[in-house]
Amino acid sequence: MSGGLAIAVRVSRIDTVAANIKRFRLVRHDGEPLPVFSAGAHVIVSMDDDGHRRRNPYSLMSAPHDTSGYDISVLRVAESRGGSAFLHEKLREGDALTISHPVNLFHADKRGRKHILLAGGIGITPFLAMMAEFDRANVAFELHYAMRSREHGAYWQELVERYGAHRVKRYFSAENDVLPVASLLHNQPLGTHAYVCGPDRMTDFVLRTARECGWPKSNVHSERFLAPISGKAFDAELLRSGIVVRVGDHESILEAVEAAGIDAPYMCRGGACGQCETAVVACNGVLAHHDVYLSEEEKASGRKVMICVSRFDGTKLSLDL
Amino acid sequence: MLVEGIKSRPVYGGIAIDPFARRHIFALEGEGALALLDQKPALTATMLNRSEVLYVAAGPKGLDHDLALAALKPDRFWQGPTIETLLFRLRGSLSAATMSTRLYISGREGFIGQCMQVATDMGMDFSSIPTEHRGSLARRVQCVHCKGITDDVRTSPFKCSHCGLNLLVRDHYSRRLGAFQGVNVDAEEPGTAPQAEELFA
Repeated sequence: MSGGLAIAVRVSRIDTVAANIKRFRLVRHDGEPLPVFSAGAHVIVSMDDDGHRRRNPYSLMSAPHDTSGYDISVLRVAESRGGSAFLHEKLREGDALTISHPVNLFHADKRGRKHILLAGGIGITPFLAMMAEFDRANVAFELHYAMRSREHGAYWQELVERYGAHRVKRYFSAENDVLPVASLLHNQPLGTHAYVCGPDRMTDFVLRTARECGWPKSNVHSERFLAPISGKAFDAELLRSGIVVRVGDHESILEAVEAAGIDAPYMCRGGACGQCETAVVACNGVLAHHDVYLSEEEKASGRKVMICVSRFDGTKLSLDL
Repeated sequence: MLVEGIKSRPVYGGIAIDPFARRHIFALEGEGALALLDQKPALTATMLNRSEVLYVAAGPKGLDHDLALAALKPDRFWQGPTIETLLFRLRGSLSAATMSTRLYISGREGFIGQCMQVATDMGMDFSSIPTEHRGSLARRVQCVHCKGITDDVRTSPFKCSHCGLNLLVRDHYSRRLGAFQGVNVDAEEPGTAPQAEELFA
């Protein structure tokens, strides 16, 4: 299977940690230890939802050196395509799942002298593992954590307790408390790295503000997983396989291809890693690129498409797949 | 004789002023001064008020650039007698610097490499530091046998100034040392080294 070797796991524990957020502890089915991972890594969780296969990426939030199990946190998304709804409503303790090996597209730069973590809502998850790693290595860090409200925010009490209020700053928008990005990024000493994980608008704002504050690109890191965006259904011709697949309105090209039994390469399933890059042979219409991997020039050229999140609107799309 | 096509060979992309930076530090050696002087249209009063220029003269064509640099009237202009004093000064400036400070380095490769060592040691990422190679192609080379470093190497092979072995200069570069690697070329039969060629004038 694509996405690396699969690991069979069992859900050993489910906790509700905040409004709409549940934490799942996954242990290996055969009782063996799981691989050590690096902070910032994610796994693809494969779910069998009544015969419908769903695969979603989730950041690992447990301590990277803890091999007895992995923890993930899942936000119940209102307009869920099925993954978060399945995990929240159908999955029970003891149920089986399959996960990929951990993949890291959001690692801490170990050369950094100080790390500033900017989290928005459920974007806290990769930082939980990072903070465990920084704390263990005695590296300076600060967390700035923006949440809707005290009820909606997960883990903030534990984090303040564990790392201290001087390292964990929290901001609740319900209390009109705004994360002061610009003043935070000003006057940071040389060798500081900033990391942002949260809603798109927050990520964009932090990246833009860092640039305006004179930060070099190499010291600003972001991770965003994009759920495949829904749209009009369309057909995609797969030249190498010699078939045409119908991509449904709530489905990605990758999902449609997999449903047709074709093993296409993928890794993050969120438009970030570049693994599912596919050559476009013919395109009579408009490609809707939703990924953050291809450059603007590559998107404009119309020769490549990231099939995990991007869509098409037109009469004919032929892919080298 | 030169061993080429090695990936670690640094590439100097040239200097362009970053309009977003709040502070600019220029470390310049000899003809490297021209890399800053050539930026003329971007050298506004605001930008120069935020600039610190550190300069060390070098090479025959390096003379008098100090006057041109001082005439720019940057916030600070400092001229040092040797590369070592400049590196000491650079370390001091960077130790108080913030993330909105941009460092630009221009001069010979050995100078760029040594400034880069100071900068990365202060936590800067090498890819965030614009560099421009100006002046002679002479190299700073480490003898991989005795670890001694020889500056201003113009030929390959050359005699190690520390242990006397005949060293072939490779494009293999160490960012940590800020030097190219020199490897003994006649180890099996001493005295059979090929004729030295002047490759780095």
